[in-house]
Amino acid sequence: MDILSLFIVIPLLTISALLFCKNLQQSRIVAMIGSFIQLGMSINLIFSYFNERLVNSDIMVFTRDIVWFKPFNIHYNIGVDGISVALLALTSIVVLAGVFISWKIKDLPKEFFISLIVLSIGVYGFFISIDLFTMFVFFEIAVIPMYLLIGIWGSGPKEFSAMKLTLMLMGASAVLLVGILGIYFNSGADGGPLTFNILEIAKVNIPFEAQKLFFPLTFIGFAVIGALFPFHTWSPDGHASAPTAVSMLHAGVLMKLGGYGVFRVAMFLLPEGALHWSWFFIILSAIGVIYGAFAAIKQTDLKYINAYSSVSHLGMVLFALLMMNATAWNGAILQSLSHGFMTALFFALIGMIYERTHTRDITKLGGLLKVIPFISVIYVIAGLASLGLPGFSGFVAEMNIFVGAFSHEEMLYRITTIIAVSAIVVTAVYVLRVVGIMLMGPVKNQTFLTLPKVTWYEMTGIFLLLIPIIAIGVAPLWISNMIIESLQPFLHGVL
Amino acid sequence: MSFNDILVMRQEIVLLVIIVLMIIMEIAIPQNKKAGIVHLSIFLFGLHTVIGFFVIDDKSLFGGMYRTTEMIHFFKNILNIGVFIILLQSAQWVKNNLISEHRGTEYFTLLFSSLLGMYFMLSAGDFLMFYLGLELSTLPVAALAAFEVSQRKSSEAGIKLILSAALASGITLFGISLLYATSSSIYFETVSENILNNNLTILGFILFFAGLSFKISLVPFHFWTADVYEGAPIGIASYLSVISKGAAVFILMVLLFTVLKPLMQVWDKLIYVIAIATMFTGNLFALRQQNMKRFLAFSSIAQAGFILLGLLIGNQLGAATVIYFVLIYIFSNLAAFGVVQAISTQTGKESMTDYEGLYRTNPNLSLVMMLALFSLAGIPPVAGFFGKFFLFTAAASEGYYMLVFIGVVNVTISLYYYLLVVRAMFLRKNENPIPFFKNDLYMRLGLLITVAGILVLGIYSPLYEYIYELSNLIN
Repeated sequence: MDILSLFIVIPLLTISALLFCKNLQQSRIVAMIGSFIQLGMSINLIFSYFNERLVNSDIMVFTRDIVWFKPFNIHYNIGVDGISVALLALTSIVVLAGVFISWKIKDLPKEFFISLIVLSIGVYGFFISIDLFTMFVFFEIAVIPMYLLIGIWGSGPKEFSAMKLTLMLMGASAVLLVGILGIYFNSGADGGPLTFNILEIAKVNIPFEAQKLFFPLTFIGFAVIGALFPFHTWSPDGHASAPTAVSMLHAGVLMKLGGYGVFRVAMFLLPEGALHWSWFFIILSAIGVIYGAFAAIKQTDLKYINAYSSVSHLGMVLFALLMMNATAWNGAILQSLSHGFMTALFFALIGMIYERTHTRDITKLGGLLKVIPFISVIYVIAGLASLGLPGFSGFVAEMNIFVGAFSHEEMLYRITTIIAVSAIVVTAVYVLRVVGIMLMGPVKNQTFLTLPKVTWYEMTGIFLLLIPIIAIGVAPLWISNMIIESLQPFLHGVL
Repeated sequence: MSFNDILVMRQEIVLLVIIVLMIIMEIAIPQNKKAGIVHLSIFLFGLHTVIGFFVIDDKSLFGGMYRTTEMIHFFKNILNIGVFIILLQSAQWVKNNLISEHRGTEYFTLLFSSLLGMYFMLSAGDFLMFYLGLELSTLPVAALAAFEVSQRKSSEAGIKLILSAALASGITLFGISLLYATSSSIYFETVSENILNNNLTILGFILFFAGLSFKISLVPFHFWTADVYEGAPIGIASYLSVISKGAAVFILMVLLFTVLKPLMQVWDKLIYVIAIATMFTGNLFALRQQNMKRFLAFSSIAQAGFILLGLLIGNQLGAATVIYFVLIYIFSNLAAFGVVQAISTQTGKESMTDYEGLYRTNPNLSLVMMLALFSLAGIPPVAGFFGKFFLFTAAASEGYYMLVFIGVVNVTISLYYYLLVVRAMFLRKNENPIPFFKNDLYMRLGLLITVAGILVLGIYSPLYEYIYELSNLIN
């Protein structure tokens, strides 16, 4: 068994173990052990990746290639580069934190953890795939458990939100399917056999006409899950209705599939199409950045604030990817990571606050800093990371993005960059507004004076997410080196 | 004709022997032991299914009227497995409703006769044999659809089916006679050599196609489907939706890809339009259905529309994807029908609102249903995804990207109504849910086979490779 297939096998084993669990106590222990092994494996993967890089200069390392459907030349083909290693680590941390945050899930605990882990299989598989078909399979596996997770364990208009989210994402993946088929049938343009292998297709000169046609399909197919404006509307509803751990996983990890897919498939395989269309999608993503930030200002529901903030932050990822240079790309990947940890932390904290006060409406909350100081302080820290304060991961990411974006010489790119930069100010407004209303001031409701303290499992979840935020913020170089090294093949494609 | 030649018709002969045996048993078994008929027929048919897997040589008999090839043999085996699952799933219903009225034997005899008709239809080497098989396969089903004589809906279903089937077969016959008129032969081989691209031939082809479209329930020949499925016993509805449809797709594919290949520039446009109409009609009508049988009826119309995507391209890839999809579709649809059958037999409930909260009382049935619906909708890792993906790949291989796009839009629409059932079972809570019940052994086995099929057929790639090799024979 190779080191990457284990990322699929261990969750499968966890699920089989979960099937035999009888109650909450057993299920959460099993889920915790399974996710803990995953985390260990992904940390191990980081170290072995660095060792492997010293001797191996292939684009992908730890590859394994098994023929699956021979007539179509479909392979089970896996491998990782620096970008996927980083995102795998993000996933395993958020999943483990999610299990801790769901420590007291009430209804159908076994089914909850099974769905959660099925979702994580989809995400792991997506990040390690080199074959487009395999990647697409895992993409859909990651989306469909969301329906049950939101529908069964959610709150509010959960049936509506679950259906909206699933249909929008599956609709996007349907569009993506056309794009993938288009790439597949043009992969023989140089006279070779048709293939789904990303690395092989990247070597082929796909005709410009085909690139022009299939780039938007592939881009939109992936970018919907990355909350591209105007296809972002599933995200606020979905986040607001989802249970805490699902919001964490969804905003923290699942939405990263969008940026990764756009980069790895749409832009890597169809570079001329990307150059041709980039102006259009840059405008859309810049609108997303600004629109998300302004929308967050007006919300009063904590989850909606965070959901729109995600739209804004992830718009920045797409924006940076389209800027076509290594600095901005590096920033985009860092932003994906940073946003993943940060937003998962936010949702975890919101879940804790909601569990104690039974409201997410910030106008009804106040003075929480006095009653639940630990949670409140962490909330402030997460907020500062979100608005890009130096010392946290958000700063490193945004700095890279804007330096990279502004170094582009065309006027349109510079103007959009200026517009996007201004979102940072707006971000500060909505973050500080929540901090001011919710955490400072007098305690509005006397029943809040006796709120329970933070528990050990909540604390574990918080620290799991907080440590990487600070680690990336304080020492970004090692991870940024890992990413920049992996950007080389992409640069060859574009330039 | 030697004994070995006769053995080539083994599938038909064994089935015929079973039919005769059933009739003898009806007389031989005393009234108070009639329940044994169910076990006996399932056993015999199971044996027949297993025997079917032994290899049969390619051969042509009776001056070319009857032929068998490895592919045709494979089709028959697929149908056998499907019928076997239907027998398992309807065993409890037969025991409860038919044995006391002494009609158990009739049920099995008619079902097997219809299957025999399909064998002859698939093995036909000329249009005459084809037509005889078509009739033999349709008439018994009409009787079966009206089997619950005490219920008006069932009688209605029987009458509707027999009237529309009679009309359709009349049209088919007219089409065949026109093809005969222009090509001066009824033998497939001679027809394909003599066929000309003139107006009379095209008219003959269109009439012929209309007759088969009725069996596959393609738009605009689909109007009987929902009413018949709703009225007929569930076992018969599932027989109509998978076996009857599957056999018709197979023979249509063989004829289109071989005999009628010279007319390809005519039928590819025709199929293109019908595919779009069928997908949209099936999916949009399914959105508002409350009765599970009507729901599955429209869903099966929509699935037929997807099958056309593979038929459209007329080559090895198209044939392989169509066969593969139909095989998977048989398992998925039978799983869904099986759950409906189980619940209906035990509680008599067939409405979607009755399914609310089903997971809390009957988790296993709900999971089977969910897997079946995911497979029908085409969600990985279950088999339906692979079937649909390959169909789309086949259509895209000839540049039909627009059609693929319309297809994937339809997949999204279909996902909505499949999720409605999942929503009822998993998300909703019910004051008065369907109570927990235990299925009999046959039903459990029937569902187990379908679930195994749904889980394995997609991921296990050698199966597709085998089918792909097999489809080579079509050229």
